[in-house]
Amino acid sequence: MNRFLLIPLALFIALVAFLLIGLQRDPHEVPSPLINRPAPAFQLPQLQEQTKTFTAQEMRGKVWLLNVWATWCVACRDEHPMLIEYAKSGAVPIYGLNYKDDRAAALQLLKEEGNPYVLNAFDADGRVAIDYGVYGAPESYLIDRSGIIRFKKIGPITRDVWEGEILPLARRLNTVE
Amino acid sequence: MSEAGVRTTMVGWMLTMKRIAWLLAILFSLAPAPAIAGDAQPNEDPQIEARMKALTEQLRCLVCQNETLADSRADLAEDLRREIRKEIKAGKTDPEIIAFLTQRYGDFILYNPPVKRTTYLLWFGPFVILLVGITVLYSYLGRRKKLIQDKPLTAGERKQAEDLLRGPV
Repeated sequence: MNRFLLIPLALFIALVAFLLIGLQRDPHEVPSPLINRPAPAFQLPQLQEQTKTFTAQEMRGKVWLLNVWATWCVACRDEHPMLIEYAKSGAVPIYGLNYKDDRAAALQLLKEEGNPYVLNAFDADGRVAIDYGVYGAPESYLIDRSGIIRFKKIGPITRDVWEGEILPLARRLNTVE
Repeated sequence: MSEAGVRTTMVGWMLTMKRIAWLLAILFSLAPAPAIAGDAQPNEDPQIEARMKALTEQLRCLVCQNETLADSRADLAEDLRREIRKEIKAGKTDPEIIAFLTQRYGDFILYNPPVKRTTYLLWFGPFVILLVGITVLYSYLGRRKKLIQDKPLTAGERKQAEDLLRGPV
């Protein structure tokens, strides 16, 4: 066989390989420019105790997970029981950012289905979520002791993500100075 | 059916078609109207709106990724348009507003990707491929040319050629 015929064949196989890789990727998972950047500062009223505020700055010194959720978000509801389970393990404290939600509905949901959150910030107009580059709840950010975002998960935190990515990373972040 | 009957049905049919055409015309002229009405901000400065529109037409909505921020009806797009309006009112320039968005959402939000190290392949790849193609073609044709050698004709061949050129007498 003419070896020149092998070149188009090789190119074709390479093209197919690229297309196959492309098919496996989820175009909705857009890499966040905030990874390894400081978590945007904010001050918001709390969900449960409206008169109190919550700021990202007060979390300095802790490795924590910020979970963006809302009652109108179906995937968040799927994630909810898993979050409760993760919270029970006590490995990483989970803080909520209640995103463009109805306060009464959010409180109701936490009362009925359990509350995995240490605290919830109430982002009524979604302005803080814009600073965090949120475009599809649920989204979760693992933030280290010096307030740097180390990991972001778009969509529900599955068991694989929790055990395979968040837990090992949190453990590492907790051991380094 | 009589001939006249056929004619009246034809006329009736044409009338119906005409009516349908009219209805369609009205329908199409009406269709975009509610969409515009829903988004119009009558209290907003038209100059700000024009700038906002020009900006958002170059930006991708992250919820419905094949729509621009200008076209998208997603909640987030509406919020971002509100933020962009606020930034314009605060006196920010267009590059500053685009930076505001890319800092949060990344370059993915831009329909026009910036030229930087990670996008060199995207921007210059096609030209590199073109250059490689031209080089390969050039060297291939050069090699072929060398294969064609000018061999002098033998006396017999020359005579044969002359006979052919002379043609039938």
